[in-house]
Amino acid sequence: MLNDITLGQYFPGDSAIHRMDPRMKLILTIVYIVGVFMVGNLPGYALSLLFLYIVVRISGIRFSYLVKGIRPLRFILIFTFVLNLFFAAGETVILDLGFFTLTAEALSYAVYFALRLVFLVMGTSVLTLTTSPVQLTDGLERLMHPLQRFHFPAHELAMMMTIALRFIPTLLEETDKIQKAQMARGADFETGNLIARAKAMIPLLVPLFVSSFRRANDLAMAMEARCYRGGDHRTRLRELRYTRLDAYGAAAMALFLILIVAEGRLLG
Amino acid sequence: MSLVIENVSYVYMPGGPYETQALHDISLTIEDGEFVGLIGHTGSGKSTLVQHLNGLITPTSGRVVVDGLDLSDKQTDKRAVRCRVGLVFQYPENQLFEETVEKDISFGPKNLGLPPEEIDRRVRDAMRRVALDYETLHNRSVFELSGGQMRRAAIAGVLAMEPQVLVLDEPCAGLDPRGREEILGLIRALHRESGATIVMVSHSMEDVASLAERVIVMDHGRVVMDGAPRDVFSRGEELRSIGLDVPQAVELASRLRSRGLEIPQGAYRMEEIRAAILAAVGKGGRHA
Repeated sequence: MLNDITLGQYFPGDSAIHRMDPRMKLILTIVYIVGVFMVGNLPGYALSLLFLYIVVRISGIRFSYLVKGIRPLRFILIFTFVLNLFFAAGETVILDLGFFTLTAEALSYAVYFALRLVFLVMGTSVLTLTTSPVQLTDGLERLMHPLQRFHFPAHELAMMMTIALRFIPTLLEETDKIQKAQMARGADFETGNLIARAKAMIPLLVPLFVSSFRRANDLAMAMEARCYRGGDHRTRLRELRYTRLDAYGAAAMALFLILIVAEGRLLG
Repeated sequence: MSLVIENVSYVYMPGGPYETQALHDISLTIEDGEFVGLIGHTGSGKSTLVQHLNGLITPTSGRVVVDGLDLSDKQTDKRAVRCRVGLVFQYPENQLFEETVEKDISFGPKNLGLPPEEIDRRVRDAMRRVALDYETLHNRSVFELSGGQMRRAAIAGVLAMEPQVLVLDEPCAGLDPRGREEILGLIRALHRESGATIVMVSHSMEDVASLAERVIVMDHGRVVMDGAPRDVFSRGEELRSIGLDVPQAVELASRLRSRGLEIPQGAYRMEEIRAAILAAVGKGGRHA
């Protein structure tokens, strides 16, 4: 199950998408999500999907890999879909069961909302799949840099994110190892009711906390030993520079936005 | 009770960017009462292989049969297998979680659903086997123990399941020489006392040479050698070519041999070689 999570995993490569400046990729991802949230009809979603598909093809990542990343979210998707189906307001009744009336508006709202979530996850997955965590936090730090004038801890936040991202795979590995070790002692994580399962997590969580604290301690010591003292006067190993690729990316995204808006005007 | 591994292959993360084949078509049979040393370089697939032995990993292809139970069959009760094959992971002290040593060791037996008296008996017995004093330590927090004691408490946690086969993954990793001696000593005693089948994973030739009756060498997910220690250790060149060493005693013997000292081929234990050197030197001394 832990291997299914696509979000936050980096897929190494050397495509045009991979080589784009992380700042530009961050901005474009946000723009894309805003664009998708403006869409209000099915042709618009088809357009969004097409755009995403082209980007994924250029990046050299298999599209199915991206789709697989939605699987862990299926419960949230179903949940929001059903919730919207029940509670969204509407007038055109298609189905009336007495206790529950299904309206056309609620149905389309539920479908659109689920689609938005799917695009949100897939869009951000493209970002994280093509951008190494280090690049990503570098980009974030540079984007947030102007805020430092207002005492916003941009560097510290970026550093915390780098460390958090860096340790996700380590923690997953550790969890897997401890889980297996407890299973070897007959622990059962799979069956039983909710309370039994929650209790079964204790043998997993306690060792995980202990090792996380120990690791944090070691890391802090190692950073201090190398004279880390925050972001002031720190130079960087990789300077970020916008290239022609970023201009192309921005142009493509602008085209997408224009298409979305035009399509909304024409059909919406 | 035997462990049979038939044509087992295992692929990590199939289809993903990090797909790796950890095991290639491995076939092995481990007989009742054997002491097997499993050696190989980091990433040779040792740890992956041992996790197959109690069904924590299901092979991508092939079969693992423990005592007639086929582990690749979904119907097989994995927990029944896990109490027959006890697996001690690398750095097992990282899995301790209970408030007291006693409670932690009883975690396994409790999961087996045993009555309280039986659990108590098993905890005392397991602590005795790993040389932890029950009276002084059973109420201590696991996090108050020394590194070596924590390791032994963790091993006791597996022993309390009373497995017929004990698999240990790098049981001496990260211990000081004294801690290492203690662990090796208690493993030897376990094998002698109860005749348990033991599979010990290690990359230390010394540890394997001092204990194992059969040595299996793995490289890149394949079994490259399998035999008695004296046969395996006599293939020094091959071992070096896959990044492993021969035990120091064997190295010493082969260097002395190349200087013309008569030391019998196949000797690999320190005591044997000491005797051989003394004999050779004594003989040489008389002639000179």
